Amino acid sequence: MRCGFWRNVPWSGVWHEDRGVKIRLTVNGEPREADVWAGESLLTTLRDTLELPGSKNACEQGECGSCSVLLDGALVCACLVLAAQADGHEVTTVEGLADREELHRVQRAFVEAGAVQCGFCTPGLVVATAALLEANPDPSDDEMREALSGNLCRCTGYAKIFDAVRLAARS
Amino acid sequence: MARLIRTEKEVEGRYEEVWTVVEEDALDQWPAGPLEVVGQPAQRQDGLQRARGEARYTADVRLPGMLHAAVLRSGVARADARAIDVLPALELPGVQAALSCEEVDFLDAEAGYPGAAVAAVAADTIEQARAGVEAIAVEWDESEPLLDPDEAIARGQLVSESSSYERGDLEAALAGADVVVEAEYRTQSVLHNSMETHQAVCHWEGDTLVVHISTQYIWGVRDELAEKLGLRPDDVRVVCEFMGGGFGAKNGAGDYSLIAAELSRRTGRPVRCALTRREENLAAGNRNATIQRLRAGARSDGTIVGLGGEFVNAVGWSGWLAGTDGPMQMLYGVDNVATMLRGAKLNSAPMAAFRAPGFVEGTFGLECLLDELGGKLGIDPLELRRRNHADADVLDGRPYSSKSLLECYRRAEPHWDRRHEVRARSDETWKHGVGLASQVWYGGGGPPSYAWVRVGSDGSMTVVTAMQDIGTGSRTAMAQIAAEELGVSLAQVRVELGDSARGPFASISAGSSTIPSMGPAVRSAAGDARRQILELAAQRWQKEQRTLSLKGGRIVCSDGGSWPLESLLGLLEDAQILGMGARGPNPTGMRVLTFGVQVAEVAVDVGTGEIRVGRIAAIHDVGRIINPLGARSQVEGGIIQALGHTLSEHRLLDPRTGTVLTQTLDAYKLPTIADVPEIVCEFVDEPDSHLTNLGAKGLGEPPIIPTAAAIANAIRDATGADVRSLPIDREEMLRALAALARAKERSGDRVAARPA
Repeated sequence: MRCGFWRNVPWSGVWHEDRGVKIRLTVNGEPREADVWAGESLLTTLRDTLELPGSKNACEQGECGSCSVLLDGALVCACLVLAAQADGHEVTTVEGLADREELHRVQRAFVEAGAVQCGFCTPGLVVATAALLEANPDPSDDEMREALSGNLCRCTGYAKIFDAVRLAARS
Repeated sequence: MARLIRTEKEVEGRYEEVWTVVEEDALDQWPAGPLEVVGQPAQRQDGLQRARGEARYTADVRLPGMLHAAVLRSGVARADARAIDVLPALELPGVQAALSCEEVDFLDAEAGYPGAAVAAVAADTIEQARAGVEAIAVEWDESEPLLDPDEAIARGQLVSESSSYERGDLEAALAGADVVVEAEYRTQSVLHNSMETHQAVCHWEGDTLVVHISTQYIWGVRDELAEKLGLRPDDVRVVCEFMGGGFGAKNGAGDYSLIAAELSRRTGRPVRCALTRREENLAAGNRNATIQRLRAGARSDGTIVGLGGEFVNAVGWSGWLAGTDGPMQMLYGVDNVATMLRGAKLNSAPMAAFRAPGFVEGTFGLECLLDELGGKLGIDPLELRRRNHADADVLDGRPYSSKSLLECYRRAEPHWDRRHEVRARSDETWKHGVGLASQVWYGGGGPPSYAWVRVGSDGSMTVVTAMQDIGTGSRTAMAQIAAEELGVSLAQVRVELGDSARGPFASISAGSSTIPSMGPAVRSAAGDARRQILELAAQRWQKEQRTLSLKGGRIVCSDGGSWPLESLLGLLEDAQILGMGARGPNPTGMRVLTFGVQVAEVAVDVGTGEIRVGRIAAIHDVGRIINPLGARSQVEGGIIQALGHTLSEHRLLDPRTGTVLTQTLDAYKLPTIADVPEIVCEFVDEPDSHLTNLGAKGLGEPPIIPTAAAIANAIRDATGADVRSLPIDREEMLRALAALARAKERSGDRVAARPA
């Protein structure tokens, strides 16, 4: 289940008495290291230690999808994954979806379709849509509803998000 | 020329008389309809920043040495915090400062609702700050909370003076009416739940307080903080370039910015104070619940002769009286109207403005009542609304600056006509129906507001104004207006906003006022820049200035000559053209309002009470449309928020203790993408010829207003059941169906008992 605890990750971080855990992971294609405490969420590490604030914290407990990232290609809520669980794994955030200069087709589609309002939920929705289209290149409306219903948006009314997903699927 | 005038200022339906400086508007309105840039669908200028995760919100502000603040809040509905000792907190690792209601007056020892703030701690990490809050010793003196609005009214516990209104003679009108209906409607309290919670980061640069804050009103925060902290307004700099939604709850500075400012002053370090989602749902404002006891009388020809309403707003511990009585007073041309609006002071969190405060609630009651009336009269709901259309403002007879509600009704007809086909889909289980409701709201904006336009030798055009874009796309709309006036493409115009130290005063983004307040100022500034460009062009090419204009990035002469704009601007080198613009006055002696109608199609499972909204058609009249793409998105967003208000959202309180039971997003049911019906959106798109140089009104609020009543009326059409209480969850739906069955049984009994 998405936004549940990410399972099947052997815990391999090294415990340091004073600082907690040192983790090594790949973030957006680059090897990174971070000192985290044992209970720290991956979202906190991404935002505060690795300086990647694109993933947003809006509910702190896996209810809104604003912190959606890919962990070894699987969609998760970064607030529900311990940073230590990501040790040795690959994380892709909204900042790393596209190549440095290029835009990801989902990002372009969200802007073209007008699916962005305040934009606080947008990074999570963009990552979730990218994951959906990776798994299902031509989703039906019901499949979109199912796949994106974990991402709350308070501004757009979602109608233009359907447009954006369809546009991205075609491009 | 600038003039000092005494004028009526309106925000969120609240009027006050103020002195204000206005400048005459020298520009004529553009012709109606889509132009080169204005009226064309435009993508968000900052859309890619947002979609790439590069937009920096207050939530993303991380300053060197920044501390984190946590707030001690009351855990019960009514208690006094006596003998607060913050010393144990100060002894904990990482804790740098603590403050309590014993030292500062923006925290109150009388904690009148669950979540009321009484103390705060700043520490190196948020975990340390929370540990500090836990360590604070408080002696709480609890007492029985008052939670029932009717009981509060009976006891005389009011937040402010009640508001009564009367025109004509309601009682005489109802006595002479052919048909009278009477019903009680209730609306629940709902929570804004902006995705970005309320938060601020404060730090001091010498004597200047710098405030990064998620706000709808940069200048209001500046003035409020200056006043409360005893600073000069210009010693407070407020910054908000990107913000994650507000919906009315972020109009003020809040206690969190004061907490951050004071803790920063004490520690000499930046302090962030950010509400958690739970705190957001406890103490960041809400749409207050209402009770509406309504009456309506009509002649058999459908003329409504009288409307009466006793309204109770369950305001909470503090707040103001949102105009639940407004729609009854303003929507229809009814001669005899009497309303009484009271505000109950309760041990629940203070209300805050929430997207058309009062009018969302009042329209639900009024527009449902109208359909109940129409049912008794045997008159079609759309026809009943047409027959009672107000041709001039009903409050004081002023002409409307513009009104196209009848045109909205005309355009609603094809959607309304679908009802026969929709109803025919009904079977034993699923009953289908169609309902509609009208809408009135403010949205005219007003002065003062200012903008500058800077034109450089490279041809770049920058709009500078210290407004905020709360997510509605104001930045893009302002760029469109400037591009249109300057005859350039949208891509050539940038907008710098969001910093009180780097631009002129701009209006609040509330009350559907950003476009009608800021748009004319931006056009005026661009017009000033255009005049200066043409002055220089006249000298450069020896033409009379009146023969020159800007079009398609060129200077065009009426004699057929034309030159690229760069060929003139290139001569500027480091010189710049600086245009200045101000928002002119609203038309005197006229009422500026917005109107619309929505038609909803629903299906109800009469066995389980499940409700599915299949389609909503929205037709709104808000004057000129600047960006059709952004405007449609506003309508869709308003309708989905209304859908939540109508069917699922409910801030639940424990009826005995007043504890908030819905503090997280699993308990508080926001609509998701799975709930979205088909939405059809139309605009009359006719500029208001009396209103500013744009003829544009605001659109933020109108779309959320009629939806609940349209859905409830569709449910009545489908099932015959009267749903009079929001949210219409399954429990409410089944209750209404059971009441209908009992009523049918009773009337059946009477028929059976009648002698043959």
